[in-house]
Amino acid sequence: MSAPEPIISPDTVPRLSPMFRLQWEEAQGCHVLLYPEGMVKLNGPAGEILKCCDGVRSIAQIIHDLSVRFPAAPTLPDDCRQFLKTAHDNQWLRIDPA
Amino acid sequence: MTTNGSVSTLPKPLWLLAELTYRCPLQCPYCSNPLDIARYQDELSTAEWVRVFREARALGAVQLGLSGGEALVRQDLEELIAAAHALGFYTNLLTSGVGMDERRIRGFKEAGLDHIQISFQASSEELNNFIAGNDSFKHKLEMARLVKHYGYPMVLCFVLHRHNTDHVEQILDLAHALQADYVELATTQYYGWAMLNRDQLFPTREQVAHAEATAHRYQEKLKGRMKTLYVVPDYYEDRPKACMKGWGAIFLTVAPDGTALPCHAAGSLPGLSFPNVRQHDLAWIWNASPDFNRFRGFEWMKEPCRTCPEQTRDFGGCRCQAYLLTGDPANADPVCSKSPHHAALQQQVQAIGETQTGAVAPLIYRNFRNSKRQMGIAAPD
Ligand code: SF4
Ligand code: SF4
Repeated sequence: MSAPEPIISPDTVPRLSPMFRLQWEEAQGCHVLLYPEGMVKLNGPAGEILKCCDGVRSIAQIIHDLSVRFPAAPTLPDDCRQFLKTAHDNQWLRIDPA
Repeated sequence: MTTNGSVSTLPKPLWLLAELTYRCPLQCPYCSNPLDIARYQDELSTAEWVRVFREARALGAVQLGLSGGEALVRQDLEELIAAAHALGFYTNLLTSGVGMDERRIRGFKEAGLDHIQISFQASSEELNNFIAGNDSFKHKLEMARLVKHYGYPMVLCFVLHRHNTDHVEQILDLAHALQADYVELATTQYYGWAMLNRDQLFPTREQVAHAEATAHRYQEKLKGRMKTLYVVPDYYEDRPKACMKGWGAIFLTVAPDGTALPCHAAGSLPGLSFPNVRQHDLAWIWNASPDFNRFRGFEWMKEPCRTCPEQTRDFGGCRCQAYLLTGDPANADPVCSKSPHHAALQQQVQAIGETQTGAVAPLIYRNFRNSKRQMGIAAPD
């Protein structure tokens, strides 16, 4: 397929790349991303956002859902978009065109 | 580290390397298994391995390497993978691919295996088979395709040495054609069999420079598609590698007979007591055993490491290398230019480089017969 790389927009539906596995690690006290012979530790918000990348919800829905759960975080939408971009650049996410 | 007998923030193991067996259909002369592989034939049972997995997981380990020898030789591998997966490990099978077929690849997937890393000896059939000491190349290609087909992340590993370092370009082309996600261009680690064959395996400085440049070119060219890992052999550097990220810091190896080691090459070090999981639980081995505390932290260091500001970066280098090259495992790794043994190492490296174009002694292949010979036990025919 020669379609250009989809750009992150509110309608895009991200899901975790099959190269990675996300899980809670009690010993680390955080969510981690596991991949062949390696591990990335995630901070609290990063873990919560990645958990939402289920291939069903769009970015707009993810931001909405998280804003409902964490009403005391005013910068959440921006932080969330910023993190999703980083995650995409790191190839943690696959993005299917909406 | 202990102060006044109280344990302060002990590190947690992240990695468990389970060397399930030292049996292997290949005979790579660069194998980093110990020379006395023939000593480890009383292998842990399925139930014993599962107990080791459970104890390691409870200590915090999350990455599990299933290795050997050749792990595929174990007919209970599927069962072991399923148990490890159920415990929450990320499971890595490190294999030569010999002994694998589609039925097993599918079975591993069903058991929850996360990743298969296939090691190749070279990019061409002739050289691959010469180095492996058997005829395995075509089969490996087939297995690599199946690994991809079953949706595993595909990692290919090529151990580099004098005989294949000039072929890095062909190696990376092959890996790309097989649609590898990661390629590891691993430098031969000169322990065990590799140390025995060092003079025949050691690449020249020019070879290394060429390989490094080629690897960088492919890293650029295939950015976002294939990740290439390449580390310059440390003999040509003036700082050692942070071996195992420090002794007893994140790595835990269990050998086929249950011997627990802070690093898979530590079996050659003098003065260790080699605790065994058959006699002790892993928590005691990791936290309290003399072996795992022997070179933990910085207290054990001698000069120049003891007062060196770089100690937190490289932990004084590799204990096994320090022992093999200086006779004392508590010395600085002689790769370091601050080590009083550095000049002698440089001369040795230079000398190996110069003699190599001429007549070369035959490689000593890694197998049980040669192991018994190395141990001084006559091999019965
Ligand atoms: S390096 Fe070669 S001989 Fe050693 S265990 Fe691996 S495949 Fe077998
Ligand atoms: S002296 Fe020791 S700690 Fe310092 S750089 Fe050399 S090996 Fe590392």
